[in-house]
Amino acid sequence: MTFLQFIFYLFAAILIVSSLLVVTVRNPVRSALFLVLAFFSAACLWLTLEAEFLAIALVLVYVGAVMVLFLFVIMMLDIDIAKMRAGFTNYLPLGLIVAVLMAGELGLVMFSKEFSAESLPRPAGQIAEYSNTKALGSLVYTDYVFAFELAAVILLVAIVAAIALTLRRRPVTRYQAPEQQVKVRKEDRVRLVTLPTRPEEDA
Amino acid sequence: MMTLANLHLNLIAPEIFLSGAACLVLLIELFIKPARACALAWPLSLIALLISGGLAFGQINNPPLIGLNGLVISDSAAALLRGMSCFLAAGVLFYAQRYSQARDIWRVEYLTLALFGVVGMMTMIGSAHLLTLYVGVELLALCLYGMIAMQRDAVQAAEAAMKYFILGALASGLLLYGMSLLYGLTGTLSLASISANSLTTLLPTSLPLMLAVVMVIAGLLFKLGAVPFHMWVPDVYEGSATGTTLYLSAVPKLAAFAILYRLLEQGLGGWIEIWQDILLLTGIFSIALGNVIAIAQTSLKRMLAYSTISHMGFLLLGFASATTSGYAASMMYALIYAITTLAVFGVMLALSRDGFESDQLDDLKGLNQRHPWLAFLMLLAIFSLAGIPPTAGFFAKLLILQAVVEAGFLAVVVAAVLFAVVGAFYYLRVIKLMYFDAPREDLLAASARGYRPSVLWVLTANAVLVVAITPWIGAIMDVVSSTL
Repeated sequence: MTFLQFIFYLFAAILIVSSLLVVTVRNPVRSALFLVLAFFSAACLWLTLEAEFLAIALVLVYVGAVMVLFLFVIMMLDIDIAKMRAGFTNYLPLGLIVAVLMAGELGLVMFSKEFSAESLPRPAGQIAEYSNTKALGSLVYTDYVFAFELAAVILLVAIVAAIALTLRRRPVTRYQAPEQQVKVRKEDRVRLVTLPTRPEEDA
Repeated sequence: MMTLANLHLNLIAPEIFLSGAACLVLLIELFIKPARACALAWPLSLIALLISGGLAFGQINNPPLIGLNGLVISDSAAALLRGMSCFLAAGVLFYAQRYSQARDIWRVEYLTLALFGVVGMMTMIGSAHLLTLYVGVELLALCLYGMIAMQRDAVQAAEAAMKYFILGALASGLLLYGMSLLYGLTGTLSLASISANSLTTLLPTSLPLMLAVVMVIAGLLFKLGAVPFHMWVPDVYEGSATGTTLYLSAVPKLAAFAILYRLLEQGLGGWIEIWQDILLLTGIFSIALGNVIAIAQTSLKRMLAYSTISHMGFLLLGFASATTSGYAASMMYALIYAITTLAVFGVMLALSRDGFESDQLDDLKGLNQRHPWLAFLMLLAIFSLAGIPPTAGFFAKLLILQAVVEAGFLAVVVAAVLFAVVGAFYYLRVIKLMYFDAPREDLLAASARGYRPSVLWVLTANAVLVVAITPWIGAIMDVVSSTL
């Protein structure tokens, strides 16, 4: 076994165990943390495949941003775990059947002629100075520019939908209206009252 | 060397124009008060859709051309389907305005999502590459989820959006899984290069290939709402506001046809042995299940949902014949189905008012006494859905069955006809309710009109079109088959 293979099996084992724990652990915070571990091991596996940019992006985006947000959400929401697990045993047999079927199909694919080591040899590695990020960047902005722009449109749609669905103007809440505030004139706020001066004789 | 000229940006002119217009619509609310913004955003969206449809139709005589580095294909079929998608979406937004306004979902964001959804459909229609195909599918799906959920205070709408979202994510997963296997097998994502593999190395008996094709088809069948991936259709149809139901039932069917055509014919056409039987079976099961379960429905929307499932079955059957006439028949079917659905839901939207949905079969009782003209338009549209001559729906079914007989699947045709006859029952029941039953007292009293007068003119043109095109159906069919 080469060192690379050892690394692969190590991280693959961590990945599988932590993924299993994500769905079996009782505490949702722990299960989110195991998901972080799973992402991290997957990123390490990608590093061994020389996909550095993807590996870094996975750690930065998923571990750094998405999962942290997710942890906040889990901690802030009051999740009733017992209720969530209520149907678990009922759905387990069906889930197991589907899982076994999928695993069987995957096995058929993995051990087929088309995916054997002979028909899909390991591609030759790149030289040490080769920049994965640069190659990806030039592809994304040239060959795949249309798909890239469409992905941007998808993000825009997601933002629009998310804001439209969650932003509510409650009539009870008091807002500041800056555009109204700057329009205020002296006449609206200040009323000059001419008060009669106190007559001399009262003093 | 890539230059701007050999990128062929003009191929996606309709998409570019419509995306720009959608962004413009989104910005309107910055300058005009939200309450009045839609008064400007709505006509603007309609005009944008019409112009973009015109841009798409302008490419109809161009020779097939692959542009944007192999990501986009522009041929006559794409031009026709893109143009029709834009016009149909314009029709939907035109009909839905008064209804959606009363339900507080008629907002600038809703219109923006509707416009971007059309961009997604046009991308799907013109995809020559698995990447654009998938991105288009996701863009459309996200817009649909957002539009359904826009009715925030309705529990049913939230449930429908959630169901659609989760099942849609699962289907996208299946689709992606299939695509990744295809990539592993062929080493390319371009549909033309994938199909080139069928000539040389990859045999249809290869197990991984079968699994890849099955996964891709499963994802597509879900998007189409065909058996056995139909579970979401009735709930989503019923839970969404009627205007949104119309959008998601009528417009994306053209794009659904297009991605089936691109993927199965242009990409996987060499491995017909794998997918032909699957499509035949799912097609016939969709027709059977849709038509039988629709009988038991009391909600008009649910009934139409099951009717959609059966119509998708017919579309799949035409596809399964795997001949040019079969594809053309399917495309014709999708077009006629979309136009007819537009008319049916248009009448439903016109009948509903503030606080009254008109989505139950009972609400149609005695419609002839309340709104004789709307009842007549509904009659035309329902006849067309049922496939009763001389409506366009009859010829659409006839063309499909003809193509399937020519392909040699006589037993399938017999079964399809039998179930179509079963289905005629529930369509005719709608007509019986409208013409021979006494109207409900409470509905007779309320006579306030829930639609603009201009809607009635367009609705009339729409419903009459369903019958009026029949003398030229042969000529239209020639045009449609010449595009493929």
